[in-house]
Amino acid sequence: MKIDLTDTTSSKINKALVEGRRAIGTPAVGMVLTLVLVTDEENAYDALRAANEASREHPSRKLVVVKRFSRSARDRSKARLDAEVRVGVEAGTGETVVLRLYGEVIEHAQSVVLPLLLPDAPVVVWWAANAPDNPAKDPLGTLAQRRVTDTYAAENPIEELKARAAVYTPGDTDLAWSRITPWRSMLAAALDQVDCKVTAVRVEGEELNASCELLGMWLAERLHVPVTRAVSGGPGLTSVRMETDCGPIELRRSDGSLATLAIEGQPDRAVALNRRETSELIAEELRRLDPDDTYASTLRFGVDRLAAADSEKSGDSAQPAKKAASTRTAAAKKAASK
Amino acid sequence: MTATHGANPLRDAADRRLPRIAGPSGLVIFGVTGDLSRKKLMPAVYDLANRGLLPPGFSLVGYARREWQDEDFAQEVHDAVKAHARTPFREEVWQQLIQGMRFVQGDFDDDQAFENLKSTIQDLDKVQGTGGNFAFYLSVPPKFFPKVVKQLKKHGLADQKEGSWRRAVIEKPFGHDLVSAQELNKVVHEVFPSNEVFRIDHYLGKETVQNILALRFANTLFEPIWNRSYVDHVQITMAEDIGIGGRAGYYDGIGAARDVIQNHLLQLLALTAMEEPSSFDADALAAEKTKVLGAVRLPHDLGKDTVRGQYAAGWQGGEKAVGYLQEDGIDPKSKTDTYAAVKVEIDNRRWAGVPFYLRTGKRLGRRVTEIAVVFQRAPHSPFDHTATEELGQNALVIRVQPDEGVTMRFGSKVPGTAMEVRDVSMDFAYGESFTESSPEAYERLLLDVLLGDSNLFPRTEEVELSWKILDPIEQYWDKHGKPAQYESGTWGPVEADEMLARHGRSWRRP
Repeated sequence: MKIDLTDTTSSKINKALVEGRRAIGTPAVGMVLTLVLVTDEENAYDALRAANEASREHPSRKLVVVKRFSRSARDRSKARLDAEVRVGVEAGTGETVVLRLYGEVIEHAQSVVLPLLLPDAPVVVWWAANAPDNPAKDPLGTLAQRRVTDTYAAENPIEELKARAAVYTPGDTDLAWSRITPWRSMLAAALDQVDCKVTAVRVEGEELNASCELLGMWLAERLHVPVTRAVSGGPGLTSVRMETDCGPIELRRSDGSLATLAIEGQPDRAVALNRRETSELIAEELRRLDPDDTYASTLRFGVDRLAAADSEKSGDSAQPAKKAASTRTAAAKKAASK
Repeated sequence: MTATHGANPLRDAADRRLPRIAGPSGLVIFGVTGDLSRKKLMPAVYDLANRGLLPPGFSLVGYARREWQDEDFAQEVHDAVKAHARTPFREEVWQQLIQGMRFVQGDFDDDQAFENLKSTIQDLDKVQGTGGNFAFYLSVPPKFFPKVVKQLKKHGLADQKEGSWRRAVIEKPFGHDLVSAQELNKVVHEVFPSNEVFRIDHYLGKETVQNILALRFANTLFEPIWNRSYVDHVQITMAEDIGIGGRAGYYDGIGAARDVIQNHLLQLLALTAMEEPSSFDADALAAEKTKVLGAVRLPHDLGKDTVRGQYAAGWQGGEKAVGYLQEDGIDPKSKTDTYAAVKVEIDNRRWAGVPFYLRTGKRLGRRVTEIAVVFQRAPHSPFDHTATEELGQNALVIRVQPDEGVTMRFGSKVPGTAMEVRDVSMDFAYGESFTESSPEAYERLLLDVLLGDSNLFPRTEEVELSWKILDPIEQYWDKHGKPAQYESGTWGPVEADEMLARHGRSWRRP
């Protein structure tokens, strides 16, 4: 059921939620968290759909905050809040409130959201678009234990990664990081199969996709070896090649779905590595609400320390690669001496 | 965990996104054409693969008499997965799995077939990189256990090479009394070391059962009242609405108590009643479970405090059902119990004097498994008798299946001017607070076998202790009387109601 409220307040919305619940005959609430979804009108539909699907795994109250910027100065000075309350089948599992903010109240979104949070339950904020520069300091961000951004949607993902690293606060996370969990899991499993030492890594994927950088940084941080970033046509990540002292290990995926794992001395194996829907990423994010320390150390490793592969002389590491290699060699020695 | 696992720099305990993924390994299923294999094991393997929890190169080998090629076997698995898997079918996952599927045809006596199995395994080590790690799942009738295990030994299939493992997975029944259970254990342990033998009690793989430990030991709310000062009694029920179906050959002579109480219900009792383990590892858990099972005391008068029954003809959920003695393949004079209820006590400081009632049966009201901890009444009530007439005893009910969750029942004032207190319930349902479908028990247990994690598997001592509890009851039943008859679709024989009524208690209607 759907209740439309025009020019309203949080307390009226709360009342509508109770009414809606009574009307559909399920007064009990089993929701485990509040998901605050910040978006613009353009991305609202897709983002909400993903959140609804994710709510089948994590029943939640979804507060969709849509900031409507007005054109005229007169409209901008007038504050107004419109809400659409959805309960029952239209709301996935749980409840949904779409909040449309006009004028001055845009700057005070947290005042609208705060009274609508579920008591005693964790709060997650997800910026589907236009994430703030410092999520933890953002007025909405301060309400949440978990702050989810998506570098994939950014204008300049690489710069954005650097900015995220600079302001990282425990509880921050990024969907570009969630996207590579299956890759990380498969690469770790590949190293389970052999007893070899990795000496160098090459990560290949489409341009302007921060997931490739994050995967490269994670590998460099964990393995203490030089990592090269190469560009391909995609989709997404296309290959990771690890040089080891007993031959190369390569995980290739050209179609975004079925990958091939090639280990020296063993036959090639097909492995399922599907690109996942946003809803699956959000569901993964909501599974654990504690700080992701692995993400933190990966992010802090620094994008600049990845070497770019020279596209003309492919595979031949260029100048910056050498520099990165030398710094990493020092780190590797340090690790070995432990 | 294998040695290479620890050395893998990409693995980090703090990295909680990376799933617990099994190391290089394969699974050999004996009796792969059976019901369990098609309905539970094959779908569980697929679901694990779909969730990315199986290693690349994971191999599945089927062993059965059927004259199949690898392709026929793959087709059979495909159909089973399509029909019974929990997660949606995805072609790329299937492509990954199918590369490691093999079928070996043969009898359990067939030496040549076991040699074929050996070479299949060696071949898989080469082409799939399974690293010599194989689990043998014996999904076969118990009388074949010794034969298969001996064949495995004879052909060197149970030999663990340096840095690899071979494991045996066996299903209930683990014998039919203490002596036969000890014999079986001896046979199996001659071939596999005891830490490589995994006894499946699929109840322990259920989320709700694992949650008993979380509920008790992760909270402060329940443990202070989890003792004889507050608990009046405990009822553990496992009811089925179906009859014996086509299992006459297996069931007759075994009966409900051996089939269910000996394993599932005593395990549930152990988890409900045990002391807090010092840690959550397999040894600590087994120690506490063994301790509490060892403290179980049977009633003095087995005739009064145990009841067995047989379902008679009747109507079950709108369908006409025949009685047990009229089922195909059952001796009309059979004394096998299809319903069993026993009262036991636990001789320790926490539980002295608190009865634990265990009951199980076929053709009962509905399919349900639950643990109900029923609390004592308030020692004094300021309300007068009429106000609390409708108030029952407080209870905490762990609903194991279906509709998994926990219910708390307590009294509440009925709105209105008069003072009247009535029972209400507060409910936690898995479906409401967690994922829409929890992993199947077999998924969890198969993964644990491959990981070598034995937390959720009963050990030899637990199995033997359980038989020690049940054997005297079975012996008494053999000599005295015969099973009471109860109408199908009801909650068991009146004798069972009388057994509780003697102490002023009654069975919960689950």
